Amino acid sequence: MIRFERVSKRYTQGHTVLDEISFTVDSGELVFLTGRSGAGKTTLLKLIILLERASRGQIQVNGQNLTGLPLRKIPRLRRNIGVVFQDHQLLFDRSIFDNVALPLRIAGCSRRELGKRTRAALDKVGLLSRERDMPITLSGGEQQRVGIARAMVNKPNLLLADEPTGNLDPELSAEIMSLLEQFSQAGTTVLVASHDLALISRMRHRIMTLRDGRMLTASGEY
Amino acid sequence: MSAGATGKGASHDRASWLDVPRAWLSHHWACAVASIRHLLHTAFTSAMTWLVIGIALALPVSMLIALDNAHRFSSRLDSPVQLSLFLDPEQTLAAAWQLQQTLEEREDVASTRLVTKEEALREFQELSGFDDILLHLEENPLPHLIVVSPADPRMSAGAAANWQSELQALPGAGRAILDMEWVQRLNSLIRLSERLVAAVGLLLTLGALLVVGNTIRLAIENRRQEIVVIKLVGGSNAFVRRPFLYTGVAYGLGGALVAWLVIAATLWQLEEPLRSLAQDYQSEFTLLGLGWKGGLSLLMAGAVLGLSGSWLSVSRHLSRIQPR
Repeated sequence: MIRFERVSKRYTQGHTVLDEISFTVDSGELVFLTGRSGAGKTTLLKLIILLERASRGQIQVNGQNLTGLPLRKIPRLRRNIGVVFQDHQLLFDRSIFDNVALPLRIAGCSRRELGKRTRAALDKVGLLSRERDMPITLSGGEQQRVGIARAMVNKPNLLLADEPTGNLDPELSAEIMSLLEQFSQAGTTVLVASHDLALISRMRHRIMTLRDGRMLTASGEY
Repeated sequence: MSAGATGKGASHDRASWLDVPRAWLSHHWACAVASIRHLLHTAFTSAMTWLVIGIALALPVSMLIALDNAHRFSSRLDSPVQLSLFLDPEQTLAAAWQLQQTLEEREDVASTRLVTKEEALREFQELSGFDDILLHLEENPLPHLIVVSPADPRMSAGAAANWQSELQALPGAGRAILDMEWVQRLNSLIRLSERLVAAVGLLLTLGALLVVGNTIRLAIENRRQEIVVIKLVGGSNAFVRRPFLYTGVAYGLGGALVAWLVIAATLWQLEEPLRSLAQDYQSEFTLLGLGWKGGLSLLMAGAVLGLSGSWLSVSRHLSRIQPR
C-alpha cells in the first residue's frame, strides 16, 4: 500500500529531515511511526499526501508513483487518503455534520448518500447526537473524533494519523487508538505517527522508529 | 459553501455515470445559492460594492447614450460646408469669371456663386450703415468673392481643410475662408467625445474590475482556513475557485443592475425638460434610452466583468494558499 525506497527530504538550507528512508506498509496493516519531536514523522506523512515533495527516492502509494505526479492529480490522490491531523483542522464556522460531510461534497456525492454516509461516520465515532452542534462546543477528544469521522467518511483505503492523541489524557488516547484499530480491522491500511510509546507498545502492532531522519526499525513486530 | 447542497437528491442509491455531472451541477447550484446568501449576509458591504461598480458602469454607458442621441440629432440637420474664396484685390472681373469657370469644372465642387466687388460693397453699405465713410473712399477696397459649395457636404474637418488649401492655391485666388457650420463642429465634437468616452469607459471598467478583484481577495483571505482544509481533503482548484467566481458574477450582475437603474432614473428625469425644449424648437426629437436589449447587454457585461475580476483575483491569490 505504501512503499518508500531510499527517500530523502532535504530543505534548501541544507537541513536533512529524512535520510534514505525505506519501508513498506502492506494493505490492511496498522503501523505506528514513532520517534522524538523533530525526528521527521510529520514530514514523512506529508510526503504521502504530497504536502511536501521528496528530494530523492521513490514513493509509491496505492500502486501510484508519487515522484513527478503533476499538481492537478494531487486532489484525486488526497481524496483516496483519509488524514487525521494533530490540530484537527476543523472548520469552526459550520456544524459538525458539515465538517464531516466536506470530503463527500468534494467527491460530488449525491445528497441522500451524503446524509447517510456522514451519519454513519458520526455514529461510528459516537457523535451522531451532536451533528447539528458547532465544533467549538466539543472537547478536544471529541474534536479529534470529528476529525477521524471526516477522514473516514469517504471510505478511503488508507488512513494517516499525525499525533492523533497529541493533547489528550491517557484514557481518551486509548479510546482514539482503539477507534483507529477498528478501522484497520475493517480492512483499511492505517499509519499512525505518535510519540506516545507507552500507549502504542501496548497495542501489539508493528512500530517503525525514526531518529534524526533515519529509520531505526522498519520491520519486525513491536 | 456552508449552505447545504440544494440540488434535488438523486432518486437512486447506486452510483451511475450520471452522478458526476449531477454532482458537478449540484455544486454549481450550491455555489450560486451560497454566493447570493453570502452577499445578503454581508448586505452593507455588498451594497457598497454594487454601488461602486454600478456608478463605474453607469458613467460610460450614459455618456454613450448621450452620444448616440447627439448622433441621431445631428444627422437630422443639414450641415452644408461653404467656402468663401476671395480673389486677389487686383484681379479683374474677367479673371473672376475665369476662376469661377475653373471651379465649376472641378469634381469636388457642387456649385459656385460669384459676388463681384461692387455687389459686395453695396451689400456692405446696406448692412453696416457706414455709408458716409465708404463714400469717402477713393476706390472699392473689396475683392471679388466666389462662394463655393463642395460636392460632399458632410466632409470631415480634415478633408475640408485640405480642400480649402487646394482652392486657395488656384491662380488668382487669394484667401479662402471655410464656413464650418456649427453642425460640423458638433460632429467633430462628437467624434472627440467618442474617443473620450472610450478612454474614460476603459478606465472606469478597469476600476470596477479591480474593485471586484479586491473584494474577492478579501473574501479569499476571510476563508483561508476553509480553503486550506478543502485542499487537504482533496478539493480540486476548480472546486475551491467556484464559489468565488459565483460571488464575482453576483457582484458584477448587481453592479450592472444598479447602473441600469441609475441610467433609467436619469433619463426619466431628463425626458420632460427635453421634450419641452424640443417643442420650443419645433423638433420632434425624443431621447432614446437603453431599451431592453441594451439593458440585458449591460447585465451581461456586468456578469462578464465580475467573472473576470474574480478570476484575476482567484488565480493570483488562491494558489498562494497551500496547506502545510
